Amino acid sequence: MDLNLNAEEKQFRDELRAWLSANVPKDWPEWREKPLEESFPYLRAWQRKLHDGRWAAVSWPKEYGGRSATLMQQALFWEEMARAQAPSMANSLGLGLIGPTIIAYGTEAQKQRFIPKILSAEEIWCQGFSEPNAGSDLASLQTEARLDGDHYVVNGQKVWTSFGWVGDWCELVVRTDPNVPKHKGLTVLLVDMKSPGVEVRPLRQMTGESEFNELFFRDVRVPAENVLGKVNDGWNVAVSTLMYERGSYGARLYLIFKRNIERLIELARTVQRNGRPASGDPLLRQKLAQCYAEIEIMRLNQLRAFSRITATGVPGPEGSIQKIFWSELNQRVQQIAQELLGPYGQVAGGDRRAVDKGIWSYGYLRTRGNTIEAGTSEVQRNIIGHFVLGLPRSY
Amino acid sequence: MEFGLSESQRLLKDNARKFFAGECPMEEVRRLMETDTAYDEALWAKMAEQGYTGIIFPEEFGGVGLGKVELILLMEEAGRALLPGPFFSTVALAGAALDATATPEQKKKYLAPICSGEARSTVAMLEGAASSDVADLRMAGANGELTGEKLFVPDAAVANFMIVVARDGVFVVDAKARGVDIEPMAGMDPTRKLYAVQFNHTPAEKLGNGAGLALALDIAVAALVAEMVGGMQRTLEITVEYAKMRKQFGKPIGMFQAVQHQCADMYVETESARSAAYYAAWALEENVPDAAVAVSIAKMYASDAGRAVGNRGIQVHGGMGFTWENDLHLYYRRAKASETTLGDSTTHRERIARLVIDAGAASTQSA
Repeated sequence: MDLNLNAEEKQFRDELRAWLSANVPKDWPEWREKPLEESFPYLRAWQRKLHDGRWAAVSWPKEYGGRSATLMQQALFWEEMARAQAPSMANSLGLGLIGPTIIAYGTEAQKQRFIPKILSAEEIWCQGFSEPNAGSDLASLQTEARLDGDHYVVNGQKVWTSFGWVGDWCELVVRTDPNVPKHKGLTVLLVDMKSPGVEVRPLRQMTGESEFNELFFRDVRVPAENVLGKVNDGWNVAVSTLMYERGSYGARLYLIFKRNIERLIELARTVQRNGRPASGDPLLRQKLAQCYAEIEIMRLNQLRAFSRITATGVPGPEGSIQKIFWSELNQRVQQIAQELLGPYGQVAGGDRRAVDKGIWSYGYLRTRGNTIEAGTSEVQRNIIGHFVLGLPRSY
Repeated sequence: MEFGLSESQRLLKDNARKFFAGECPMEEVRRLMETDTAYDEALWAKMAEQGYTGIIFPEEFGGVGLGKVELILLMEEAGRALLPGPFFSTVALAGAALDATATPEQKKKYLAPICSGEARSTVAMLEGAASSDVADLRMAGANGELTGEKLFVPDAAVANFMIVVARDGVFVVDAKARGVDIEPMAGMDPTRKLYAVQFNHTPAEKLGNGAGLALALDIAVAALVAEMVGGMQRTLEITVEYAKMRKQFGKPIGMFQAVQHQCADMYVETESARSAAYYAAWALEENVPDAAVAVSIAKMYASDAGRAVGNRGIQVHGGMGFTWENDLHLYYRRAKASETTLGDSTTHRERIARLVIDAGAASTQSA
């Protein structure tokens, strides 16, 4: 066990740190609290800049525009991004989940076609997984694809699609064989969102915004060459995407968590409570310290998981620890923000009295979804129970 | 950057597990806990033979010279086995205190016999107010003598000498010296006995560098957290085994999500405490700037998680978990005792607040 950086890691860190200090846009704080629809072009431009510096997807192999970064270097990447208070990237699903899946399962032609534009944020990707009747039981999904000559014809509906409103391409899981057990008849298609028959409708969520979409597919023709992986092997391809989601997303989120706790500590020094700064209030101090500690433990859990994956070569179901940990922690952090701000905590952006342009009001509502999206806490606990602890399958 | 264990670290941990399984199985734990001191001379000699009693101390005093990470791996296995007796008190408390505060001559006199296994020791710190803040202590050395009462002193009855923390320094007192009176306290954990110790004009030798105590106590905290992690690990294992075997409604209870999710939470809590413990040990070994914060994060988390894991484990066992016969309550007792030893989660949260919120250094980096 040695958490000191080795020579390569140090070089990676120093190069990145220098690049970030020269390139992180100075006007980011003005954009940070704006709705995603407004800031999206800004984030696209930022990703392009990172890509020009070859920093957009450090984990990817060099031949596909990455740096073949080790998992530890990836962790360093997100720590440095947090340290530099850098914006996140526009094409986060493409970079974090779908790109790696294409690299793992795609044909050479698919890689050449899709990978560069994921990196440059020219093409934004969304994920068509969940359906109205297939949430936790994803494998029961019903969107069907029928082979017609050299095309698949897709009919069905997807829901909870992030970035659907801005998506150029979609990683879509469809049923290609209804006559076999549910996990065995699925296929992943790469679908052009501009294809005739694709309809994107906003799904208004409890925050009031429409971060997600419903997708409708009516006789959408998808070239057979756009099958990712093998026909009827879509479950494995989709699970691989979900593994990336659980395995490394925590490392990316560290950026946001760290910024949040630092800001809350800063606020606590100025917000008055019982005639003194809230940072002197014994109860709030306890709660802030608890959050600070848990965010640090989240980072340490991630580093340990990375070491384990590096040693064993495969990301395991341990990703579920991270998913449970960060999603529940995020909700606690937002609750502390509310306690710190009192009645001001509820004031939304747009009101001149809002604190930090309303991010805490928004965050309180938005994080409610954290324990549901990307696999509910219940599903994650099922995964740990069955795949890690060896308890009998409960469903 | 490598958060996994090295080959030699893994070997040490595996060997420790085998050693405790062979030399101190649960029957032996139960036998020892019924004795007055929970100490066994033969077991102690074998541990010394393994080098455990000198694991982190310099070779010039007969120690093995390994690092804090090795210490906590050993403590984790000791905790998993629920090792009774004065190992924590002697090595992680007294030994670490001597190592950090004694002069070379004093180390030869006191640390060397700990390394060789000849001596047991402990640290006497808390007084009536039970504050672990040295500034709150009332006892002070006067004319080379100590007078007053120390409480919650672990394993005092088997200590050859005690390290006594006073407001004006750190002292060594021979357990048989004039005016020493050792009286058992009825603690919750029968495997680690607690005592009230009276000193009445007792001759005491002042250690060279009292300021070193803070670091020593952080080492002890990290060691204690690792021991707690071992206890959590064993509680989890016992509980998962039970959930697989115990049937109700014709099915193993581990098939029910209400039970399965308790087990999953025990796993998350155990692994998280382990991450924090390992990092704290490494931070102490490397003397990184946030070492004190890392130690408090670990103790804060493990104090609450240790209790939670025990609660869940007993709940999953149902009535069986509430019996004396089942081992869970022994781990549960140790977890509660450890929770309040060297600062509970509230104490350590306040320390984190002081170090992070008040000092304004709200950034932790591994680099």
